[in-house]
Amino acid sequence: MTDLTDLTIAEALDGLAAKDFSALDLTDAYLAAMEKARALNAFVLETPEQARAMAKASDGRLASGEAGKLEGIPLGIKDLYCTEGVRTTACSHILDGFVPHYESTVTANLWADGAVMLGKLNCDEFAMGSSNETSYYGPCVNPWRRKNDDAPLVPGGSSGGSAAAVAARIAAAATATDTGGSIRQPAALTGTVGLKPTYGRCSRWGIVAFASSLDQAGPIARTVEDAAILLGSMASVDPKDTTSVDRPVPDYRAEMAQSVKGMKIGIPAEYTLDDMPAEIQALWDKGKAWLADAGAEIVDISLPHTRYALPAYYIVAPAEASSNLARYDGVRYGLRVPGDDITDMYEKTRAAGFGEEVQRRVLIGTYVLSAGYYDAYYLKAQKVRTLIKRDFEIAFDAGVDAILTPATPSAAFGIGEKAGGDPVEMYLNDIFTVTVNMAGLPGISVPSGFDASGLPLGLQLIGRPFGEGDLFRLGKVIEEAAGGSPKPDAWWR
Amino acid sequence: MSVDTETVKRVARLARIAITDDHAEKMKGELNSILEWVEQLGEVDVEGVEPMTAVVDVAMKKRHDGVADGGMADDIVANAPASDDHFFLVPKVVE
Repeated sequence: MTDLTDLTIAEALDGLAAKDFSALDLTDAYLAAMEKARALNAFVLETPEQARAMAKASDGRLASGEAGKLEGIPLGIKDLYCTEGVRTTACSHILDGFVPHYESTVTANLWADGAVMLGKLNCDEFAMGSSNETSYYGPCVNPWRRKNDDAPLVPGGSSGGSAAAVAARIAAAATATDTGGSIRQPAALTGTVGLKPTYGRCSRWGIVAFASSLDQAGPIARTVEDAAILLGSMASVDPKDTTSVDRPVPDYRAEMAQSVKGMKIGIPAEYTLDDMPAEIQALWDKGKAWLADAGAEIVDISLPHTRYALPAYYIVAPAEASSNLARYDGVRYGLRVPGDDITDMYEKTRAAGFGEEVQRRVLIGTYVLSAGYYDAYYLKAQKVRTLIKRDFEIAFDAGVDAILTPATPSAAFGIGEKAGGDPVEMYLNDIFTVTVNMAGLPGISVPSGFDASGLPLGLQLIGRPFGEGDLFRLGKVIEEAAGGSPKPDAWWR
Repeated sequence: MSVDTETVKRVARLARIAITDDHAEKMKGELNSILEWVEQLGEVDVEGVEPMTAVVDVAMKKRHDGVADGGMADDIVANAPASDDHFFLVPKVVE
Protein backbone atom coordinates (compact mmCIF):
# COMPACT_ATOMS: atom_id res chain seq x y z
CA MET A 1 0.00 0.00 0.00
CA THR A 2 1.32 3.45 -0.87
CA ASP A 3 2.01 5.87 1.95
CA LEU A 4 -1.23 7.75 2.67
CA THR A 5 0.72 10.99 2.97
CA ASP A 6 1.72 10.70 -0.69
CA LEU A 7 -1.89 11.03 -1.84
CA THR A 8 -3.10 14.30 -3.27
CA ILE A 9 -6.30 15.77 -1.81
CA ALA A 10 -8.20 14.61 -4.90
CA GLU A 11 -6.87 11.05 -4.45
CA ALA A 12 -7.48 11.04 -0.69
CA LEU A 13 -11.08 12.18 -1.17
CA ASP A 14 -11.62 9.29 -3.60
CA GLY A 15 -9.96 6.81 -1.22
CA LEU A 16 -12.10 7.98 1.70
CA ALA A 17 -15.28 7.77 -0.39
CA ALA A 18 -14.35 4.23 -1.51
CA LYS A 19 -13.58 3.29 2.14
CA ASP A 20 -10.03 2.22 1.20
CA PHE A 21 -8.95 3.82 4.49
CA SER A 22 -10.58 5.92 7.19
CA ALA A 23 -10.15 9.62 7.96
CA LEU A 24 -8.49 8.56 11.21
CA ASP A 25 -5.98 6.39 9.27
CA LEU A 26 -5.16 9.37 7.10
CA THR A 27 -4.77 11.78 10.03
CA ASP A 28 -2.65 9.28 11.98
CA ALA A 29 -0.37 8.88 8.97
CA TYR A 30 0.17 12.65 8.89
CA LEU A 31 0.65 12.91 12.67
CA ALA A 32 3.35 10.22 12.48
CA ALA A 33 5.05 11.99 9.56
CA MET A 34 4.94 15.32 11.45
CA GLU A 35 6.62 13.77 14.46
CA LYS A 36 9.51 12.56 12.31
CA ALA A 37 9.88 15.92 10.58
CA ARG A 38 10.36 18.20 13.59
CA ALA A 39 13.85 19.07 12.30
CA LEU A 40 12.08 21.20 9.67
CA ASN A 41 10.46 23.40 12.35
CA ALA A 42 7.42 23.73 10.06
CA PHE A 43 4.82 23.46 12.82
CA VAL A 44 5.00 25.88 15.75
CA LEU A 45 2.13 24.06 17.45
CA GLU A 46 0.91 20.51 16.79
CA THR A 47 -2.69 19.73 17.72
CA PRO A 48 -2.81 15.90 17.52
CA GLU A 49 -5.72 15.42 19.93
CA GLN A 50 -7.90 17.90 18.11
CA ALA A 51 -6.86 16.36 14.78
CA ARG A 52 -7.86 12.86 15.88
CA ALA A 53 -11.18 14.08 17.30
CA MET A 54 -11.94 15.93 14.05
CA ALA A 55 -10.95 12.85 11.99
CA LYS A 56 -13.26 10.63 14.04
CA ALA A 57 -16.10 13.08 13.45
CA SER A 58 -15.26 12.96 9.72
CA ASP A 59 -15.48 9.16 9.76
CA GLY A 60 -18.94 9.50 11.33
CA ARG A 61 -20.10 11.85 8.57
CA LEU A 62 -18.53 9.65 5.87
CA ALA A 63 -20.44 6.66 7.27
CA SER A 64 -23.75 8.50 7.39
CA GLY A 65 -23.37 9.96 3.90
CA GLU A 66 -23.00 13.56 5.10
CA ALA A 67 -19.42 14.09 3.92
CA GLY A 68 -18.35 17.65 3.15
CA LYS A 69 -16.19 18.79 0.23
CA LEU A 70 -12.98 18.36 2.26
CA GLU A 71 -14.14 15.60 4.58
CA GLY A 72 -11.23 14.07 6.48
CA ILE A 73 -8.46 16.05 4.73
CA PRO A 74 -5.66 16.98 7.19
CA LEU A 75 -4.46 20.58 6.80
CA GLY A 76 -1.85 22.81 8.37
CA ILE A 77 -2.90 26.34 9.31
CA LYS A 78 -0.58 29.33 9.10
CA ASP A 79 -0.19 30.86 12.56
CA LEU A 80 -1.71 34.11 11.23
CA TYR A 81 -5.21 32.57 11.24
CA CYS A 82 -7.11 32.84 14.52
CA THR A 83 -8.23 29.39 15.63
CA GLU A 84 -10.69 29.14 18.50
CA GLY A 85 -9.11 27.65 21.62
CA VAL A 86 -5.77 27.12 19.85
CA ARG A 87 -2.79 29.44 20.41
CA THR A 88 -2.33 31.99 17.63
CA THR A 89 0.72 34.27 17.68
CA ALA A 90 1.56 35.34 14.10
CA CYS A 91 4.95 33.91 15.19
CA SER A 92 5.53 37.03 17.29
CA HIS A 93 6.67 37.25 20.91
CA ILE A 94 4.13 40.04 21.45
CA LEU A 95 1.22 37.61 21.05
CA ASP A 96 2.65 35.18 23.60
CA GLY A 97 -0.03 32.84 24.87
CA PHE A 98 -2.87 34.43 22.87
CA VAL A 99 -5.74 31.96 22.57
CA PRO A 100 -8.54 33.37 20.40
CA HIS A 101 -12.15 32.95 21.48
CA TYR A 102 -13.22 33.03 17.84
CA GLU A 103 -12.41 31.31 14.54
CA SER A 104 -11.30 33.07 11.35
CA THR A 105 -13.88 32.91 8.55
CA VAL A 106 -11.55 31.00 6.22
CA THR A 107 -10.73 28.27 8.74
CA ALA A 108 -14.39 28.10 9.83
CA ASN A 109 -15.26 27.45 6.15
CA LEU A 110 -12.67 24.65 6.01
CA TRP A 111 -13.96 22.94 9.18
CA ALA A 112 -17.55 23.29 7.94
CA ASP A 113 -16.49 21.33 4.84
CA GLY A 114 -14.98 18.57 7.00
CA ALA A 115 -11.24 19.40 6.97
CA VAL A 116 -9.03 18.32 9.90
CA MET A 117 -6.54 20.64 11.64
CA LEU A 118 -3.05 19.20 12.21
CA GLY A 119 -1.60 22.31 13.86
CA LYS A 120 -0.29 25.83 13.38
CA LEU A 121 2.46 26.57 10.88
CA ASN A 122 5.60 28.65 11.15
CA CYS A 123 5.84 31.98 9.28
CA ASP A 124 7.75 35.23 9.38
CA GLU A 125 6.73 37.42 12.33
CA PHE A 126 3.46 39.14 11.35
CA ALA A 127 4.16 37.79 7.83
CA MET A 128 6.98 40.32 7.43
CA GLY A 129 9.76 38.53 5.61
CA SER A 130 10.66 36.45 2.57
CA SER A 131 12.60 33.62 4.24
CA ASN A 132 10.74 32.63 7.43
CA GLU A 133 13.81 33.80 9.35
CA THR A 134 12.01 36.55 11.30
CA SER A 135 9.79 34.04 13.18
CA TYR A 136 9.99 34.21 16.98
CA TYR A 137 10.04 30.39 16.87
CA GLY A 138 13.17 30.28 14.73
CA PRO A 139 13.61 29.63 11.02
CA CYS A 140 11.75 26.91 9.18
CA VAL A 141 13.96 24.63 7.05
CA ASN A 142 13.29 23.90 3.38
CA PRO A 143 12.79 20.15 2.76
CA TRP A 144 14.84 20.66 -0.42
CA ARG A 145 18.65 20.70 -0.33
CA ARG A 146 21.19 21.34 -3.05
CA LYS A 147 22.70 18.22 -4.63
CA ASN A 148 25.55 16.84 -2.48
CA ASP A 149 25.18 19.66 0.03
CA ASP A 150 23.65 19.47 3.53
CA ALA A 151 23.45 23.25 4.03
CA PRO A 152 19.98 24.16 5.32
CA LEU A 153 18.03 26.40 2.95
CA VAL A 154 15.12 28.77 3.61
CA PRO A 155 11.66 27.70 2.40
CA GLY A 156 10.87 31.32 1.46
CA GLY A 157 8.37 33.45 3.30
CA SER A 158 6.39 34.58 4.85
CA SER A 159 4.34 31.34 4.51
CA GLY A 160 7.50 29.23 4.85
CA GLY A 161 5.99 26.70 7.27
CA SER A 162 2.98 26.21 5.00
CA ALA A 163 5.14 25.58 1.93
CA ALA A 164 7.65 23.35 3.77
CA ALA A 165 4.89 21.23 5.36
CA VAL A 166 3.18 20.66 2.01
CA ALA A 167 6.44 19.85 0.19
CA ALA A 168 7.56 17.47 2.98
CA ARG A 169 4.20 15.63 2.89
CA ILE A 170 3.46 16.43 6.54
CA ALA A 171 0.21 18.22 5.62
CA ALA A 172 -2.08 17.42 2.69
CA ALA A 173 -2.21 21.16 2.02
CA ALA A 174 -2.02 24.38 4.02
CA THR A 175 -3.54 27.80 4.39
CA ALA A 176 -1.28 30.76 3.77
CA THR A 177 -1.49 34.53 3.29
CA ASP A 178 0.09 36.80 0.69
CA THR A 179 0.77 40.53 1.12
CA GLY A 180 3.67 40.94 -1.33
CA GLY A 181 4.41 37.38 -2.46
CA SER A 182 4.14 35.39 0.78
CA ILE A 183 2.22 32.51 -0.84
CA ARG A 184 3.80 32.42 -4.32
CA GLN A 185 7.48 32.90 -3.39
CA PRO A 186 7.63 30.06 -0.78
CA ALA A 187 5.59 27.83 -3.12
CA ALA A 188 8.18 28.45 -5.87
CA LEU A 189 11.08 27.73 -3.50
CA THR A 190 9.60 24.40 -2.31
CA GLY A 191 8.14 22.94 -5.52
CA THR A 192 4.53 23.48 -4.43
CA VAL A 193 1.53 25.28 -5.92
CA GLY A 194 0.53 28.58 -4.29
CA LEU A 195 -2.38 30.79 -5.24
CA LYS A 196 -3.02 34.35 -4.11
CA PRO A 197 -6.66 35.07 -4.93
CA THR A 198 -8.11 38.37 -6.10
CA TYR A 199 -8.33 40.89 -3.25
CA GLY A 200 -11.75 40.35 -1.66
CA ARG A 201 -12.19 36.69 -2.73
CA CYS A 202 -11.34 35.26 0.73
CA SER A 203 -12.46 36.92 3.93
CA ARG A 204 -9.74 38.59 5.99
CA TRP A 205 -11.85 38.34 9.15
CA GLY A 206 -9.95 36.65 11.97
CA ILE A 207 -6.59 36.75 10.16
CA VAL A 208 -3.91 38.79 11.94
CA ALA A 209 -3.63 41.97 9.84
CA PHE A 210 -0.34 43.12 8.27
CA ALA A 211 -1.27 45.52 5.44
CA SER A 212 -5.03 45.50 5.04
CA SER A 213 -5.24 46.75 1.45
CA LEU A 214 -2.81 44.04 0.27
CA ASP A 215 -3.41 40.97 2.51
CA GLN A 216 -5.18 37.97 0.96
CA ALA A 217 -5.62 34.41 2.19
CA GLY A 218 -4.95 31.52 -0.18
CA PRO A 219 -3.92 27.86 -0.41
CA ILE A 220 -0.56 26.12 -0.81
CA ALA A 221 -0.98 22.59 -2.18
CA ARG A 222 0.94 19.90 -4.03
CA THR A 223 -1.06 20.10 -7.23
CA VAL A 224 -3.05 22.69 -9.13
CA GLU A 225 -6.18 20.58 -8.71
CA ASP A 226 -5.70 20.44 -4.92
CA ALA A 227 -5.28 24.22 -4.81
CA ALA A 228 -8.53 24.55 -6.80
CA ILE A 229 -10.36 22.22 -4.38
CA LEU A 230 -9.05 24.13 -1.37
CA LEU A 231 -9.86 27.60 -2.70
CA GLY A 232 -13.41 26.43 -3.36
CA SER A 233 -13.80 25.97 0.39
CA MET A 234 -11.69 28.92 1.62
CA ALA A 235 -13.43 31.54 -0.55
CA SER A 236 -16.77 32.97 0.51
CA VAL A 237 -18.80 36.14 0.76
CA ASP A 238 -18.46 37.36 4.34
CA PRO A 239 -20.52 40.16 5.88
CA LYS A 240 -17.86 40.43 8.62
CA ASP A 241 -15.26 41.72 6.11
CA THR A 242 -16.40 44.87 4.29
CA THR A 243 -13.83 44.22 1.53
CA SER A 244 -15.18 40.71 0.88
CA VAL A 245 -16.60 40.88 -2.64
CA ASP A 246 -20.23 39.93 -3.23
CA ARG A 247 -19.75 37.32 -5.91
CA PRO A 248 -20.61 33.63 -5.90
CA VAL A 249 -17.71 31.16 -5.60
CA PRO A 250 -17.42 29.22 -8.88
CA ASP A 251 -16.58 25.53 -9.28
CA TYR A 252 -12.81 25.96 -9.74
CA ARG A 253 -12.20 22.28 -10.46
CA ALA A 254 -14.65 22.41 -13.37
CA GLU A 255 -13.07 25.65 -14.65
CA MET A 256 -9.63 24.05 -14.39
CA ALA A 257 -10.69 21.17 -16.64
CA GLN A 258 -11.42 23.44 -19.62
CA SER A 259 -9.05 23.92 -22.57
CA VAL A 260 -6.59 26.80 -22.82
CA LYS A 261 -6.92 26.83 -26.61
CA GLY A 262 -7.18 30.39 -27.89
CA MET A 263 -6.29 32.04 -24.58
CA LYS A 264 -4.01 35.05 -24.95
CA ILE A 265 -0.95 35.05 -22.66
CA GLY A 266 0.99 38.27 -22.19
CA ILE A 267 4.76 38.30 -21.68
CA PRO A 268 5.76 41.59 -20.01
CA ALA A 269 9.04 43.03 -21.30
CA GLU A 270 9.72 44.72 -17.95
CA TYR A 271 10.09 41.40 -16.10
CA THR A 272 13.40 40.72 -17.84
CA LEU A 273 15.96 41.85 -15.27
CA ASP A 274 19.45 43.02 -16.25
CA ASP A 275 21.14 40.40 -14.10
CA MET A 276 18.57 37.65 -14.49
CA PRO A 277 20.13 34.16 -14.15
CA ALA A 278 20.15 32.26 -17.45
CA GLU A 279 18.22 29.36 -15.91
CA ILE A 280 15.34 31.65 -14.90
CA GLN A 281 15.17 33.02 -18.45
CA ALA A 282 15.30 29.45 -19.84
CA LEU A 283 12.48 28.39 -17.50
CA TRP A 284 10.35 31.30 -18.65
CA ASP A 285 10.97 30.40 -22.31
CA LYS A 286 9.95 26.80 -21.58
CA GLY A 287 6.72 28.03 -19.99
CA LYS A 288 5.87 30.07 -23.08
CA ALA A 289 6.51 27.04 -25.29
CA TRP A 290 4.34 24.75 -23.12
CA LEU A 291 1.40 27.14 -23.21
CA ALA A 292 1.82 27.72 -26.96
CA ASP A 293 1.89 23.94 -27.54
CA ALA A 294 -1.40 23.68 -25.64
CA GLY A 295 -2.98 26.15 -28.04
CA ALA A 296 -2.57 29.47 -26.21
CA GLU A 297 -1.42 32.55 -28.07
CA ILE A 298 1.72 34.22 -26.68
CA VAL A 299 1.90 38.02 -27.06
CA ASP A 300 4.43 40.61 -25.93
CA ILE A 301 3.05 43.25 -23.60
CA SER A 302 4.37 46.20 -21.62
CA LEU A 303 3.74 46.99 -17.95
CA PRO A 304 5.83 50.18 -17.78
CA HIS A 305 5.50 50.90 -14.05
CA THR A 306 6.64 47.43 -12.90
CA ARG A 307 9.96 48.61 -11.46
CA TYR A 308 8.23 51.07 -9.15
CA ALA A 309 5.95 48.47 -7.56
CA LEU A 310 8.45 47.25 -4.97
CA PRO A 311 9.54 50.68 -3.68
CA ALA A 312 5.88 51.82 -3.57
CA TYR A 313 5.02 48.63 -1.69
CA TYR A 314 7.69 49.43 0.91
CA ILE A 315 5.84 52.66 1.65
CA VAL A 316 2.26 51.38 1.55
CA ALA A 317 2.80 48.09 3.45
CA PRO A 318 4.82 49.52 6.37
CA ALA A 319 2.40 52.47 6.65
CA GLU A 320 -0.57 50.13 6.99
CA ALA A 321 1.42 47.82 9.28
CA SER A 322 2.36 50.65 11.64
CA SER A 323 -1.32 51.42 11.99
CA ASN A 324 -2.49 47.78 12.31
CA LEU A 325 0.19 46.92 14.86
CA ALA A 326 -0.73 49.84 17.11
CA ARG A 327 -3.16 47.47 18.83
CA TYR A 328 -0.32 45.49 20.47
CA ASP A 329 0.20 47.54 23.58
CA GLY A 330 0.25 45.02 26.43
CA VAL A 331 -3.29 45.86 27.54
CA ARG A 332 -5.76 43.53 25.84
CA TYR A 333 -3.74 40.45 24.91
CA GLY A 334 -0.28 38.96 24.69
CA LEU A 335 2.92 40.17 26.25
CA ARG A 336 3.13 42.93 28.86
CA VAL A 337 6.41 44.35 30.18
CA PRO A 338 5.82 46.49 33.30
CA GLY A 339 6.81 50.17 33.16
CA ASP A 340 6.92 53.28 35.35
CA ASP A 341 3.77 54.66 33.74
CA ILE A 342 1.44 53.65 30.93
CA THR A 343 3.60 55.07 28.12
CA ASP A 344 6.70 53.38 29.54
CA MET A 345 4.74 50.12 29.70
CA TYR A 346 3.67 50.49 26.03
CA GLU A 347 7.21 51.30 24.90
CA LYS A 348 8.89 48.49 26.82
CA THR A 349 6.27 45.95 25.77
CA ARG A 350 6.58 46.82 22.08
CA ALA A 351 10.40 46.95 22.21
CA ALA A 352 10.54 43.47 23.78
CA GLY A 353 7.64 42.00 21.82
CA PHE A 354 8.45 43.03 18.25
CA GLY A 355 11.46 41.57 16.43
CA GLU A 356 13.96 43.61 14.40
CA GLU A 357 12.20 43.45 11.02
CA VAL A 358 8.81 44.33 12.52
CA GLN A 359 10.32 47.30 14.39
CA ARG A 360 12.02 48.45 11.21
CA ARG A 361 8.75 48.39 9.29
CA VAL A 362 6.74 50.03 12.05
CA LEU A 363 9.33 52.83 12.19
CA ILE A 364 9.34 53.29 8.40
CA GLY A 365 5.54 53.30 8.41
CA THR A 366 5.34 55.78 11.25
CA TYR A 367 7.87 58.03 9.53
CA VAL A 368 6.15 58.09 6.12
CA LEU A 369 2.79 58.84 7.74
CA SER A 370 4.16 61.52 10.08
CA ALA A 371 3.35 65.21 9.70
CA GLY A 372 5.08 66.79 6.70
CA TYR A 373 5.98 63.53 4.96
CA TYR A 374 2.58 62.07 4.15
CA ASP A 375 2.29 63.69 0.68
CA ALA A 376 5.88 62.96 -0.31
CA TYR A 377 5.69 59.29 0.56
CA TYR A 378 2.29 57.71 1.19
CA LEU A 379 0.20 59.81 -1.20
CA LYS A 380 2.84 59.49 -3.89
CA ALA A 381 3.00 55.70 -3.43
CA GLN A 382 -0.78 55.41 -3.70
CA LYS A 383 -0.69 57.39 -6.96
CA VAL A 384 2.03 55.08 -8.30
CA ARG A 385 -0.20 52.19 -7.29
CA THR A 386 -2.98 53.58 -9.49
CA LEU A 387 -0.52 53.59 -12.41
CA ILE A 388 0.58 50.00 -11.72
CA LYS A 389 -3.03 48.83 -11.75
CA ARG A 390 -3.69 50.83 -14.93
CA ASP A 391 -0.81 49.03 -16.71
CA PHE A 392 -2.58 45.72 -16.09
CA GLU A 393 -5.99 47.11 -17.10
CA ILE A 394 -4.58 48.26 -20.44
CA ALA A 395 -3.16 44.77 -21.09
CA PHE A 396 -6.42 43.04 -20.14
CA ASP A 397 -8.48 45.51 -22.19
CA ALA A 398 -6.34 44.56 -25.20
CA GLY A 399 -7.56 40.98 -24.83
CA VAL A 400 -4.84 39.41 -22.69
CA ASP A 401 -6.32 36.66 -20.49
CA ALA A 402 -3.32 36.05 -18.23
CA ILE A 403 0.33 37.03 -17.87
CA LEU A 404 3.28 34.65 -17.55
CA THR A 405 6.39 35.62 -15.53
CA PRO A 406 9.05 33.93 -13.40
CA ALA A 407 7.90 33.57 -9.76
CA THR A 408 11.22 34.40 -8.10
CA PRO A 409 14.61 35.77 -9.22
CA SER A 410 16.40 32.63 -7.90
CA ALA A 411 15.94 29.24 -6.21
CA ALA A 412 16.02 28.84 -2.40
CA PHE A 413 19.00 30.44 -0.63
CA GLY A 414 20.81 29.44 2.56
CA ILE A 415 19.55 30.20 6.06
CA GLY A 416 21.48 33.26 7.24
CA GLU A 417 22.71 34.09 3.75
CA LYS A 418 20.62 37.24 3.27
CA ALA A 419 19.49 38.02 6.81
CA GLY A 420 21.46 40.60 8.73
CA GLY A 421 22.63 42.43 5.64
CA ASP A 422 20.98 45.29 3.79
CA PRO A 423 17.17 44.84 4.27
CA VAL A 424 16.61 45.89 0.64
CA GLU A 425 18.49 42.75 -0.54
CA MET A 426 15.83 40.58 1.07
CA TYR A 427 12.99 42.77 -0.23
CA LEU A 428 14.13 42.14 -3.84
CA ASN A 429 12.93 38.52 -3.52
CA ASP A 430 9.41 39.76 -4.13
CA ILE A 431 10.23 41.68 -7.30
CA PHE A 432 8.01 39.50 -9.55
CA THR A 433 5.16 38.94 -7.10
CA VAL A 434 4.50 42.32 -5.48
CA THR A 435 2.87 44.02 -8.48
CA VAL A 436 0.00 41.54 -8.18
CA ASN A 437 -0.81 42.65 -4.62
CA MET A 438 -0.50 46.32 -5.57
CA ALA A 439 -3.11 45.76 -8.30
CA GLY A 440 -5.32 43.37 -6.26
CA LEU A 441 -5.07 40.64 -8.92
CA PRO A 442 -4.91 36.85 -8.58
CA GLY A 443 -1.57 35.10 -9.10
CA ILE A 444 -0.44 31.49 -9.00
CA SER A 445 3.01 29.92 -8.72
CA VAL A 446 3.43 26.48 -10.27
CA PRO A 447 6.48 24.17 -10.05
CA SER A 448 8.12 24.31 -13.47
CA GLY A 449 11.59 22.84 -13.25
CA PHE A 450 14.88 22.81 -11.34
CA ASP A 451 18.03 24.88 -11.18
CA ALA A 452 21.51 23.42 -11.76
CA SER A 453 21.81 22.33 -8.13
CA GLY A 454 18.51 20.44 -8.24
CA LEU A 455 16.33 22.99 -6.44
CA PRO A 456 12.76 23.60 -7.61
CA LEU A 457 11.81 26.74 -9.54
CA GLY A 458 8.35 28.16 -10.24
CA LEU A 459 6.58 30.18 -12.89
CA GLN A 460 3.91 32.73 -12.05
CA LEU A 461 0.66 33.35 -13.87
CA ILE A 462 -1.24 36.58 -13.20
CA GLY A 463 -4.96 36.71 -13.97
CA ARG A 464 -7.75 39.20 -14.51
CA PRO A 465 -9.73 40.13 -11.39
CA PHE A 466 -11.57 36.95 -10.29
CA GLY A 467 -9.79 34.97 -13.03
CA GLU A 468 -8.68 32.24 -10.58
CA GLY A 469 -10.31 29.58 -12.81
CA ASP A 470 -8.14 30.72 -15.76
CA LEU A 471 -5.03 30.43 -13.58
CA PHE A 472 -5.88 26.89 -12.51
CA ARG A 473 -6.51 25.93 -16.15
CA LEU A 474 -3.22 27.41 -17.38
CA GLY A 475 -1.33 26.25 -14.28
CA LYS A 476 -2.45 22.69 -14.98
CA VAL A 477 -0.85 22.83 -18.44
CA ILE A 478 2.48 23.95 -16.96
CA GLU A 479 2.27 21.39 -14.14
CA GLU A 480 1.70 18.53 -16.57
CA ALA A 481 4.42 19.67 -18.98
CA ALA A 482 6.90 20.03 -16.09
CA GLY A 483 6.18 16.51 -14.84
CA GLY A 484 3.86 16.98 -11.86
CA SER A 485 4.50 17.56 -8.16
CA PRO A 486 8.24 17.27 -7.35
CA LYS A 487 9.08 15.41 -4.13
CA PRO A 488 12.20 16.08 -2.03
CA ASP A 489 14.25 13.21 -0.53
CA ALA A 490 13.06 12.73 3.05
CA TRP A 491 16.48 13.31 4.72
CA TRP A 492 14.74 14.35 7.96
CA ARG A 493 13.01 11.01 8.63
CA MET B 1 15.47 62.69 2.35
CA SER B 2 17.44 60.99 5.08
CA VAL B 3 16.93 60.65 8.81
CA ASP B 4 19.34 61.41 11.66
CA THR B 5 19.53 59.61 15.00
CA GLU B 6 17.31 62.22 16.69
CA THR B 7 14.60 61.66 14.06
CA VAL B 8 14.78 57.90 14.58
CA LYS B 9 14.27 58.44 18.30
CA ARG B 10 11.36 60.82 17.69
CA VAL B 11 9.70 58.34 15.33
CA ALA B 12 10.26 55.49 17.81
CA ARG B 13 8.53 57.62 20.45
CA LEU B 14 5.57 58.19 18.08
CA ALA B 15 5.46 54.42 17.47
CA ARG B 16 5.73 53.73 21.21
CA ILE B 17 8.81 51.55 20.88
CA ALA B 18 11.57 52.04 23.46
CA ILE B 19 14.90 52.44 21.68
CA THR B 20 18.46 52.61 23.00
CA ASP B 21 21.07 54.98 21.53
CA ASP B 22 22.96 52.09 19.95
CA HIS B 23 19.82 50.64 18.43
CA ALA B 24 18.73 54.05 17.11
CA GLU B 25 22.13 54.39 15.45
CA LYS B 26 21.81 50.97 13.78
CA MET B 27 18.21 51.66 12.72
CA LYS B 28 19.28 55.00 11.23
CA GLY B 29 21.51 53.21 8.72
CA GLU B 30 18.87 50.66 7.80
CA LEU B 31 16.03 53.17 7.52
CA ASN B 32 18.16 55.43 5.33
CA SER B 33 19.00 52.53 3.06
CA ILE B 34 15.26 51.85 2.61
CA LEU B 35 14.39 55.55 2.20
CA GLU B 36 17.17 56.02 -0.35
CA TRP B 37 15.86 53.06 -2.32
CA VAL B 38 12.25 54.34 -2.38
CA GLU B 39 13.53 57.74 -3.62
CA GLN B 40 13.31 56.32 -7.17
CA LEU B 41 9.56 56.96 -7.03
CA GLY B 42 10.54 60.59 -7.60
CA GLU B 43 11.08 59.71 -11.30
CA VAL B 44 7.41 58.82 -11.80
CA ASP B 45 5.16 61.49 -13.24
CA VAL B 46 1.97 61.37 -11.17
CA GLU B 47 0.52 64.67 -12.44
CA GLY B 48 -3.27 64.32 -12.49
CA VAL B 49 -3.22 60.74 -11.14
CA GLU B 50 -5.71 59.93 -8.40
CA PRO B 51 -4.30 58.06 -5.39
CA MET B 52 -5.67 54.55 -5.01
CA THR B 53 -8.27 54.20 -2.30
CA ALA B 54 -9.68 50.74 -3.09
CA VAL B 55 -7.92 48.08 -5.13
CA VAL B 56 -11.16 46.37 -6.20
CA ASP B 57 -13.75 48.66 -7.66
CA VAL B 58 -16.80 47.97 -5.50
CA ALA B 59 -19.13 50.13 -3.47
CA MET B 60 -18.48 50.13 0.28
CA LYS B 61 -20.76 47.65 2.01
CA LYS B 62 -23.15 49.07 4.56
CA ARG B 63 -25.15 47.37 7.24
CA HIS B 64 -28.14 48.29 9.35
CA ASP B 65 -27.05 50.55 12.22
CA GLY B 66 -28.06 48.25 15.02
CA VAL B 67 -26.58 46.01 17.69
CA ALA B 68 -25.30 42.88 15.92
CA ASP B 69 -23.63 41.09 18.82
CA GLY B 70 -22.42 41.64 22.35
CA GLY B 71 -22.68 40.18 25.81
CA MET B 72 -19.23 38.61 25.55
CA ALA B 73 -17.21 40.53 28.12
CA ASP B 74 -15.71 37.29 29.44
CA ASP B 75 -14.35 36.48 25.97
CA ILE B 76 -13.01 39.98 25.49
CA VAL B 77 -10.94 40.15 28.68
CA ALA B 78 -9.95 36.47 28.60
CA ASN B 79 -6.52 37.16 27.06
CA ALA B 80 -5.73 40.34 28.99
CA PRO B 81 -2.42 40.30 30.90
CA ALA B 82 -4.30 41.98 33.79
CA SER B 83 -8.04 42.42 34.24
CA ASP B 84 -10.56 42.73 37.02
CA ASP B 85 -14.34 42.43 36.85
CA HIS B 86 -14.45 42.88 33.04
CA PHE B 87 -12.06 45.85 33.13
CA PHE B 88 -8.57 45.94 31.60
CA LEU B 89 -6.03 46.96 34.23
CA VAL B 90 -3.30 49.48 33.28
CA PRO B 91 -0.82 51.58 35.27
CA LYS B 92 -2.41 54.67 36.81
CA VAL B 93 -3.11 57.28 34.09
CA VAL B 94 -4.85 60.10 36.01
CA GLU B 95 -3.51 61.46 39.31
